[in-house]
Amino acid sequence: MTEQRDYYQVPDLRGHFGIHGGRFASETLMNALEELSELYGRMKNDPDFQAEFDRDLAHYVGRPSPLYFAERLSKNWGGAEVWLKREDLNHTGAHKINNTIGQALLAKHVGKRRVIAETGAGQHGVASATVAARLGLDCVVYMGADDVERQKLNVYRMKLLGAEVVPVTSGTRTLKDAMNEAMRDWVTNVDDTYYIIGTVAGPHPYPMLVRDFQAVIGRETRRQMQAQAGALPDALVACVGGGSNAIGLFHEFLNDPTVAIYGVEAGGLGLETGQHAAPLSAGKPGILHGNRTYLMADDNGQILGTHSVSAGLDYPGVGPEHSWLKDEGRAQYVSVTDDEAMAAFRELTRTEGIMPALETAHALAYAKKLAPEMGQGKRLVVNLSGRGDKDVHTVARMDGMDI
Amino acid sequence: MSRLQNTLAELKAAGRKALIPYITAGDPDLDTTLQLMHDLVAAGADIIELGVPFSDPMADGPTIQLAYERALLHNVGLRDVLALVERFRSHDNKTPVVLMGYMNPIEYMGYETFVSSSVQAGVDGVLVVDLPPEECETLTAMLHEQNLDTIFLLTPTTSDQRAAEICRHSSGYVYYVSIKGVTGANTLDVTDVKRHVDRLRRATDLPIAVGFGIKTADDAAAVSRVADGVIVGSALVNIIARSGQGDTAVEISSQVSALVSDMRKGMDAA
Ligand SMILES: Cc1ncc(COP(=O)(O)O)c(C=O)c1O
Repeated sequence: MTEQRDYYQVPDLRGHFGIHGGRFASETLMNALEELSELYGRMKNDPDFQAEFDRDLAHYVGRPSPLYFAERLSKNWGGAEVWLKREDLNHTGAHKINNTIGQALLAKHVGKRRVIAETGAGQHGVASATVAARLGLDCVVYMGADDVERQKLNVYRMKLLGAEVVPVTSGTRTLKDAMNEAMRDWVTNVDDTYYIIGTVAGPHPYPMLVRDFQAVIGRETRRQMQAQAGALPDALVACVGGGSNAIGLFHEFLNDPTVAIYGVEAGGLGLETGQHAAPLSAGKPGILHGNRTYLMADDNGQILGTHSVSAGLDYPGVGPEHSWLKDEGRAQYVSVTDDEAMAAFRELTRTEGIMPALETAHALAYAKKLAPEMGQGKRLVVNLSGRGDKDVHTVARMDGMDI
Repeated sequence: MSRLQNTLAELKAAGRKALIPYITAGDPDLDTTLQLMHDLVAAGADIIELGVPFSDPMADGPTIQLAYERALLHNVGLRDVLALVERFRSHDNKTPVVLMGYMNPIEYMGYETFVSSSVQAGVDGVLVVDLPPEECETLTAMLHEQNLDTIFLLTPTTSDQRAAEICRHSSGYVYYVSIKGVTGANTLDVTDVKRHVDRLRRATDLPIAVGFGIKTADDAAAVSRVADGVIVGSALVNIIARSGQGDTAVEISSQVSALVSDMRKGMDAA
């Protein structure tokens, strides 16, 4: 008999997931990070805090999100049953709000009047601006100048919600640069500002606490699958940018050895072209944004520019827990190209009447390959992390239209 | 005793304060940096902090971000910086050089190669902005074994308890960051600096150098009254940035020298 591995012993007290994770931050932030660890350590076990979080998820976000059996899609793909975890139906249209609700409660508890956030696709920015509006907090969102351009709709949503959106023109003008700028803001305004990181990256305790807030996705999925199909899923598929929607689905099932786990990275124009955002598939470990993790960098250790059709996956790093799950062999990380993702976007829209975000479309494109391999009688769950409204402009432009 | 410790001990014996300019290696190119290093020494610098370009300088303001970008235009990396120090050493065997930068270039080079190449090149100390004491054990042990010094940052938000822990890993000097913020901000409050430096004295016997926000000879003089060393970075990098607006290497060199020598005079008279 092989011994059952326990995947719930990470991170350790210093935020390490094996060799990954940790807290590689500048000294000015260390105190704030320690305070946040201490605060979260208390809140995690505080029934009042957890009840407040659950209440907000139910009545403000609209949870539980449905688990939907995509019958026509399953038939088209000819193999495993495809089930969609409908995070796109959450308030603001993506999984991102689960985390911002949790972190906003933390900010409220410590009485911070100002929140900042980084955003790529704008979904985390919108989710942050939303909770800030609800709590009456000032909100500043950093966004790469190129992303401001390709996610115009979300930029305007944030402004309507009362947030200030700061376009970041340094570096590659995308998500990683937005994160640098948010860190700089935090270093400068650490006394009155709470930094809401939008994914399972950053220095400890962020990868852990964002994971915990997102883990509701997997907990619901287990319950719903049991109720609707009387079984566990056989496979889970989610797209991986920083990795928050993926870990949110995966975490609940890590100790279930019959559940196969697949994270899908952005293959851009193809891994062989170098024009992609797939550090787990094609990178090596290094240190960026406060943690050790797989990165895309050159021989000098300079972080490389990434390419993906989807702004939310356009990031050269990844959450450290994914790096650890890869090293442990518990999850497999694969990639699909821009073109495959675009085709999946169109296919889901036409087949099920559900328009996914371009990030999410990456998970679908891989599920399309996996379903026939798994075969009839198996069940796979795709995390439908967000809806595609924000991407309609991008798709229209590809179709040669200006709307 | 290391070259760095020796320099600091001599300064202390002479009752003088250390003047520690920072410039970015490869800004605007490596030959200019080499010339500027010698200029800094001639103008009165005691120790040189040399920035290692990194694509994602999370703790730096626009001035030093742009310096990194100018250096990265021709791909200046850690290997080039080490080669630069080696060239500097062939004409100056006395002035300590401290590398200042971020962790990833060292991770990608590998600790062993980094440490042995640093020794080979004549580097004296290493300051890694995103390497707090919690994560530093392996690298600092390897550096100390080769008699290289490890410099850490202390900030206004550093608690007494942390300060003690940081100083335990420090050698050469400690670097007190005078403000909450990124490099290049300009709100120096010398009274506040004094209060913190006095507090840190209880945590360490090492010399305490102060940086961030020191722009003029008067700033340098004022800080030298309350600390053991004065670090000036963005003010020099701002001069070097004029290379982009058509200033020649000679003009830049003379302006950098003028500012450093004014600071030297101000500090010596303080
Ligand atoms: C809908 C959607 N899915 C996925 C992502 C990628 O982030 P993560 O990997 O943290 O889930 C984003 C990020 O913007 C997103 O908006």
